Amino acid sequence: MPTTASAAHSLADVTASNSTLSRFLHGLPGVDAVGLEARAASLGTRSIKTTAKAYAIDLAISMVDLTTLEGADTPGKVRALGAKAVRPDPTDRTTPTTAAVCVYPDMVAVAKEAVAGSGVKVASVATAFPAGRAALEVKLADVRDAVSAGADEIDMVIDRGAFLAGHYLKVYDEIVAVKETCGAARLKVIFETGELSTYDNIRRASWLGMLAGADFIKTSTGKVAVNATPANTLLMLEAVRDFRAQTGVQVGVKPAGGIRTSKDAIKFLVLVNETAGEDWLDNHWFRFGASSLLNDLLMQRQKLATGRYSGPDYVTVD
Amino acid sequence: MASAFVYAPAPESRAIVDIAPSYGLFIDGEFTEAADGKVFKTVSPSSEEVLSEIAQAGSEDVDRAVRAARKAFGTWSALPGSERAKYLFRIARIIQERSRELAVLETLDNGKPIKETRDADLPLVAAHFFYYAGWADKLDHAGFGANPRPLGVAGQVIPWNFPLLMLAWKIAPALATGNTVVLKPAETTPLSALFFADICRQAGLPRGVVNILPGYGDTGAALVAHPDVNKVAFTGSTAVGKEIARAVAGSHKKVTLELGGKGANIVFDDAPIDQAVEGIVNGIFFNQGQVCCAGSRLLVQESVQDELLDSLKRRLSTLRLGDPLDKNTDIGAINSAEQLSRITSLVAQGEAEGAERWSPACELPESGYWFAPTLFTNVTQAHTVARDEIFGPVLSVLTFRTPDEAVAKANNTPYGLSAGIWTEKGSRILAVANKLRAGVVWSNTFNKFDPTSPFGGYKESGFGREGGRHGLEGYLDV
Amino acid sequence: MSEKTEKTERLSVFKTYKLYIGGKFPRSESGRVYEVTTATSAADAAGKGKWLANAPLSSRKDARDAVVAARKAFGGWSGATAYNRGQILYRIAEMLEGRREQFVREVADAEGLSKSKAAAQVDAAIDRWVWYAGWTDKIAQVVGGGNPVAGPFFNLSSPEPTGVVAVLAPQESSFLGLVSVVAPVIATGNTAVVIASEKSPLPALSLGEVLATSDLPGGVVNILSGRTAEIAAPLAAHQDVNAIDLAGADDVLAKELEIAAADNLKRVLRPQPVDYATTPGTERMTAFLETKTVWHPTGSLGASGSSY
Repeated sequence: MPTTASAAHSLADVTASNSTLSRFLHGLPGVDAVGLEARAASLGTRSIKTTAKAYAIDLAISMVDLTTLEGADTPGKVRALGAKAVRPDPTDRTTPTTAAVCVYPDMVAVAKEAVAGSGVKVASVATAFPAGRAALEVKLADVRDAVSAGADEIDMVIDRGAFLAGHYLKVYDEIVAVKETCGAARLKVIFETGELSTYDNIRRASWLGMLAGADFIKTSTGKVAVNATPANTLLMLEAVRDFRAQTGVQVGVKPAGGIRTSKDAIKFLVLVNETAGEDWLDNHWFRFGASSLLNDLLMQRQKLATGRYSGPDYVTVD
Repeated sequence: MASAFVYAPAPESRAIVDIAPSYGLFIDGEFTEAADGKVFKTVSPSSEEVLSEIAQAGSEDVDRAVRAARKAFGTWSALPGSERAKYLFRIARIIQERSRELAVLETLDNGKPIKETRDADLPLVAAHFFYYAGWADKLDHAGFGANPRPLGVAGQVIPWNFPLLMLAWKIAPALATGNTVVLKPAETTPLSALFFADICRQAGLPRGVVNILPGYGDTGAALVAHPDVNKVAFTGSTAVGKEIARAVAGSHKKVTLELGGKGANIVFDDAPIDQAVEGIVNGIFFNQGQVCCAGSRLLVQESVQDELLDSLKRRLSTLRLGDPLDKNTDIGAINSAEQLSRITSLVAQGEAEGAERWSPACELPESGYWFAPTLFTNVTQAHTVARDEIFGPVLSVLTFRTPDEAVAKANNTPYGLSAGIWTEKGSRILAVANKLRAGVVWSNTFNKFDPTSPFGGYKESGFGREGGRHGLEGYLDV
Repeated sequence: MSEKTEKTERLSVFKTYKLYIGGKFPRSESGRVYEVTTATSAADAAGKGKWLANAPLSSRKDARDAVVAARKAFGGWSGATAYNRGQILYRIAEMLEGRREQFVREVADAEGLSKSKAAAQVDAAIDRWVWYAGWTDKIAQVVGGGNPVAGPFFNLSSPEPTGVVAVLAPQESSFLGLVSVVAPVIATGNTAVVIASEKSPLPALSLGEVLATSDLPGGVVNILSGRTAEIAAPLAAHQDVNAIDLAGADDVLAKELEIAAADNLKRVLRPQPVDYATTPGTERMTAFLETKTVWHPTGSLGASGSSY
């Protein structure tokens, strides 16, 4: 199975013009919000205990894109984050590493050095993150900068303004251009679902992103009021499932922002398991964009290992 | 790294419920033996384990219970509505307090998943009492004129599919309006009604206001026929409903009947497809399809049939069948050996008549009564599985070409209880809902219930409504 | 050729009373009639009333034809706007007003009433049509409405007509009673097969002539005359009849019919003492209404829970 989307599939002609693309996206099945949210809530009642919980916690740790995206980020902060990603729990070497650290482009080199040799990837937000309000050339320069500094993955934002104005082809072309600029780096496309507002828009954005060659589709930047929710992630999981069924191309999903507890993370893994299926239960195909989540996962992991509840003084603050 | 995410067993604790080795009849505030000393056993359908031995009411016991209810009627109906209300509020609260215990009990006795008893049955039971409690002192405002009067003694016969919820649907409006009650639970699920007797005790409900008579069909028939019963309320099969309608002919007994159904779930080509799939699954596999308003006929627009069926089959493959007490179980046990054999024989008939049968890979437990989720495709209106109520996890798939044809097929049944409509086009929802001859229509959803929402059928699905303001009428002399 | 030499009293033209089925006026398919006479008072119960007419003696097949006509009319009538049904019911009152004298005479003969008492009955019957004409577009608001369910759903209950209703008109009150049981059935959109008072069917059969000229679609009301028990039995057992009003049945017949009606679970309105002179309640309408409850998801405006 190819690991990246290509325009060679059966849907190639839908991007011939803005109107064909628009017709295609608007022809996707509608989403009933109440039903979608009810399904997500229902899957949220799964009871994941003992061995299943241990499996899920380790899997979740391995899927974390440990993130710092602050104006106040410094090399010291990023190095600490890298150390944490490589060795999340210094007291227990069996703890998996996180999938990646996620930083701004100017911190990629520092991060790269911090995780060197560990297998932990470095992801960088780019394309004038988080607003995306810059000229295409500026965005591409941002990507080029991150890639040349060694980023393994690029997390781009789409132009929500263009999307909401119906200029789908503009959004598409921009993603294609970024994808080209990424070279070997895997591309995560952030929709900022909170700004797209409707589930119908999220489904359309998902297909638009996948048609344009996204390796991952990602909910949000973490910088707006509503970020990843079980419902919008469920919807995107349906989209990648259907896209693979139609084109044979598998695309990953990354909920980001607002996932802070192990309980929440496990609910998302249940969504993955029962929607897209076990092919996505791997950090090549599913990620959590998070920061504080990791420590809660670690405390729960300690609880499972020792039988007693852990506390914040027994996990590292980085 | 991909490996299976195997959910470890997550059983709800049985220790929360204490089932006595035997139970009596509940008459005039006390547990008592049957006059003829008869008993029967109630078993857990998921394991065939005997849960308890239950006194079996005969006609003498029916007479005793009706007399107790008659005696209690005078004082109970004379209480100010606000006082009756407080008893019902107490009951609602005690049910909330004991809801986990009752959920486990119901799952043990009925076989349905704990997920359903915990998240659907019990919350609705409490809500129903809470809703009707509030009516007790507001009957003057219910639209039936000033000071509407209760009927007297209500004889109520309930089924095994939602034992405690059906009890609530019957008892809450009856008591709120000032009637007293003799209720017969189904022979396979008597326990939650007997626990309810204990809740009446805790609530301090005056003796004789609620009487519980476990037994078989003959007990119910004796209750319905008793000359001092003023009101008959029945939920169950259409065949028994017709017998009851004949039995009360020429009397002054007021009757409400909630009977069978063969609900059509209509999926148009512009449906929100993922939600439609969930609605179809919920429509026919909720409570193992043992639901009178189940969406047992899927009417899908021919142009999207393949796509929909692919999605549906994929979804069915994720259903988890097994221990009903496991919190992750989606499909529990069939309620009884008798019901299982009915499902089995109707499914065999479906195959014999040429419909195409499909089930997901699904391992059935060795003991207990189980039936795998089943789809029939290539079904036409002429097939038995498209006409008869199966009351099991069996979905018949039919196709249509136009909205007119969908409506014609949906209505082409002697039943008229429920229907579903799936389309993103608002005007089509309203037009189709308007044409469907069914008492409850769910658009872009299915199997939703609420105490404020009237429920009941057209045609052979019965008459009268339960729930909401409408549900008061069956218990008032109006 | 001789001129007319004398004036004789003019011989009146009798009316052949016919059934009213599907908007037409057929004779009974059986070819049978029975003799209808004036009502006899208790004082001269032994005596026989004066001959009034030969009314059709309807058969099972007439009943069957009437059900077919009523079913055929149901879609259009139940689908008509409530406003339209109200206008037509009011039109019936207008037409009756114009033929008031005829009905006063027929009711006086049928029920053995003085002219003034018969007039009171006819006036009340006309007013009853007006009363029900006003109900057509109000009943849904009175008995239906929104239900505040605990979830993201818009939930609405509305009354809908039950379908084809067999109506056994009262035996004694041949016209006011008849109107009082037929008008509520059709006001809400049902269609009716009516069995007229057995011994006093003429006002009912004449009503058919009024209905036929009141814009009421054919088949909405079908009127049969004859032996109540004979016609009612096949109607009570008929699988395409949805409900039955037993107003005109005695206790024994009512019980038999209720048992037969159970075969397809007809809605049954049992006979009960009614004073047709007083303004009715809504019971005769609600007895033949179904409540349909429709759930619609609502949810929030957007996935983001924003408050635009």
